[in-house]
Amino acid sequence: MADLPNEPLRRVALIGNPNVGKTTLFNLLTGMRQKVGNYPGVTVERKVGRLEGEPPIEIIDLPGSYSLSPKSADERVAYDVLMGHLPSERVPDLVVCVVDASNLERNLYLVSQVMDTGLPTIVALNMTDAAEAVGLHVDTAKLEEELGLPVIPMVASRSEGVGKLKYRMRQAELPPAAGRRWDIMPVVEEGLPFLMEHLEDMVQEHGRRIEVLQCLTNDAMLDYWRDRAPAFHEAVHEERKRLEGLRAPYQQSEIMGRYNWISPVVARVVRRSKADGEQTLSDRIDAVVTHRVAGPLLFALLLLVVFQAVFSWATPLMDLIEGGVAVLGDSFRTVAPSGMLTDLIVDGVIAGVGNVVVFLPQILLLFFFLGLMEDTGYMARSAFIMDRLMNKVGLSGGSVVPLLSSFACAIPGIMAARTLANPRDRLITIMVAPLMSCSARLPVYTLFIAAFLPTGTVLGIFTWQGVAMFSMYLLGTVMAFVAAFVLRRFVFNKGDASFFAMELPPYRMPRMKQILWRMIDRSKAFVVRAGKIIFGMSIILWVLATFPRTEPSADLLQQRAALEAAMTERAQDLRADGVTPEEAAQMVEEQFGRETLLVDNRIAAWQVERSAIGRMGRFIEPVMRPLGFDWKMSAGIISAFAAREVIISALATIYSVGDVDENSPLLREQLKADTYADGSPVYTPLVAVSLLVFFVLALQCMSTLAIARRETNSWKWPFVMWLYMTGLAYLFSLVIYQGGQALGWG
Amino acid sequence: MTIIDLKPGQKARIEGWATDTPPQRLLEMGMMPGSAVELVRYAPLGDPIDIKVRGFHLSIRASEARLVDVVLL
Repeated sequence: MADLPNEPLRRVALIGNPNVGKTTLFNLLTGMRQKVGNYPGVTVERKVGRLEGEPPIEIIDLPGSYSLSPKSADERVAYDVLMGHLPSERVPDLVVCVVDASNLERNLYLVSQVMDTGLPTIVALNMTDAAEAVGLHVDTAKLEEELGLPVIPMVASRSEGVGKLKYRMRQAELPPAAGRRWDIMPVVEEGLPFLMEHLEDMVQEHGRRIEVLQCLTNDAMLDYWRDRAPAFHEAVHEERKRLEGLRAPYQQSEIMGRYNWISPVVARVVRRSKADGEQTLSDRIDAVVTHRVAGPLLFALLLLVVFQAVFSWATPLMDLIEGGVAVLGDSFRTVAPSGMLTDLIVDGVIAGVGNVVVFLPQILLLFFFLGLMEDTGYMARSAFIMDRLMNKVGLSGGSVVPLLSSFACAIPGIMAARTLANPRDRLITIMVAPLMSCSARLPVYTLFIAAFLPTGTVLGIFTWQGVAMFSMYLLGTVMAFVAAFVLRRFVFNKGDASFFAMELPPYRMPRMKQILWRMIDRSKAFVVRAGKIIFGMSIILWVLATFPRTEPSADLLQQRAALEAAMTERAQDLRADGVTPEEAAQMVEEQFGRETLLVDNRIAAWQVERSAIGRMGRFIEPVMRPLGFDWKMSAGIISAFAAREVIISALATIYSVGDVDENSPLLREQLKADTYADGSPVYTPLVAVSLLVFFVLALQCMSTLAIARRETNSWKWPFVMWLYMTGLAYLFSLVIYQGGQALGWG
Repeated sequence: MTIIDLKPGQKARIEGWATDTPPQRLLEMGMMPGSAVELVRYAPLGDPIDIKVRGFHLSIRASEARLVDVVLL
């Protein structure tokens, strides 16, 4: 049969509880042919892939859901896709409901809801091996009969049964539409037909009943109809009043009705070969991992390893990338004609790409560990152990790992917040993560602590400088907790009281393929989505530091001319003495190289001072003066927006010391020697402390903003984040500098 | 008594909810009147707790556990 060119692909939706192997199955079916995006207007990730073959099939991976009565944005999307409530999403032709065979009862709850939608459905009975291992044997044929749906037993992690599923998905004839098999309490049933009539023209017949049930119990669902069907909206409120008048527990009636049907079904299809109370391997592991003493110790040890890995094992790779980017830029300069375009390519484009790629080692490493923790089931245990502590400041146990990851870098930390199921916890975690002192702040801390803080020791063993470094980390952490507390108390205080219901899934052997998959997936998300913004900002910052282009002053031009003349003369002298031209050039370079660099840097500094960024530094100086910062620091802070450590190279340029790092004695001396017009030093220990505190608290990292934009799918939260952190930084630095001066420490 | 009054290892049957608006999520997870529940253990800091319902482990906070009336089996 010839293909009809315009016939759309068959569209299959995958749905299932969290931790049932749905993503594993999706990856198996679609391979690398996936597209990851967002559903419009929400932070829910939309994953679509293609099952190749004849005919090809479009597969949409719906977010993991315990129920179709939405409690989260994720579940809302799952429901809306199945019901065709999203204008951008075609209703699937077929639903594959992935079910954990070892946990059939709870999983059938979702299945019963999917059946109510009336869409053709296949049940993928996954993890039959895990079920057998704990002595649960599911009679597939009997289950098919009870549900009226095809049931395909499988072990997705070992690809067993997947071929059969593909075959069923491709069959020209779809499985028959699923139907409702349970009954709700009569008093609620009575009112349904009347309510369903209201939706006659708006919801297809098969989905009408479940839509009415959702609206009866869920305000968020009813809101959808407020303007679309005001009469229905009104009728539902009337019906609720009627049921309340009869004291009918209609809120629970749907759940009770479903379980009243499910429990006997499970009793008929599942045979148990082990006693219920028998300890499984998973139980025995838990006895150690969540033990009162061993549990927290193990968690601390694991974090130490993760921290060590992300903090230091990634460093050689990051250095390699930074080195590679520098070499790439330099070699480009040697082949390309020098000029504005080359500068743009090297300092804007190549450096911009470098700014993105340099974070990859940390992201990959962190996601390796996170993947390991998630895949084994340990992540849920870590949240279990830490929840009490985190709950006190308005976070939940799941926030620990993202926050600690942020000590290395806020970007993987913010991405790690995805492991939080509760959207409010996730958002608060994202909002406070950048307060944890990341590794990019370290060079800044190092430079200013080494240059301006006293050397002596405290209590015999600690150096002042060490204490100062520790204080910076402590300040960031404490402020993160304070911010979380305030956000929870005053910003996210509306809506249902948040409660915590987290499944502790059985331990499983990690599957490297799945973990690698996730590492690639997350890194791709970072490079593609955040990368674009970081890259763009790098170019903008280059432009700001380069334009308007000003001719160096006559004095500087004269200096350079004199130097060039001296070099030419020296070269001529050497050649007159019989030295070959190559050797002469080299000797001249050795003799004059440093001076050339100094003059070039002075010219660069002269130009930076007059560039847009220099002018901006001057422009904001009046605002920054109360914190103790002059225009150079202000310009440095603006350029540090690309990345915090950039302030060091920016200051180096402004102070004309050439290419240096944070340990350069030259830059330290220059900073110490700098004075205002009246002769007073620009940098005092108090200014240094004020600047340090500013760097602890201010959000000077466009990469963080870019990733926050991606993860929250809005500019609002990154903007709020920038505003509150920079506000905090200003306030703290202001109090410290002004207070310090009042006390005579200036 | 409520779930929080159980000792680790004790099993009980859910009688009902000490609130008119029980958390829907917990109901959906199968914590219905009549179903069996076992308190498996407390978290190291005493909260949350690990309970077993309908064959799987669920972690809930003491504040929710206190809302579930049970009778010891």
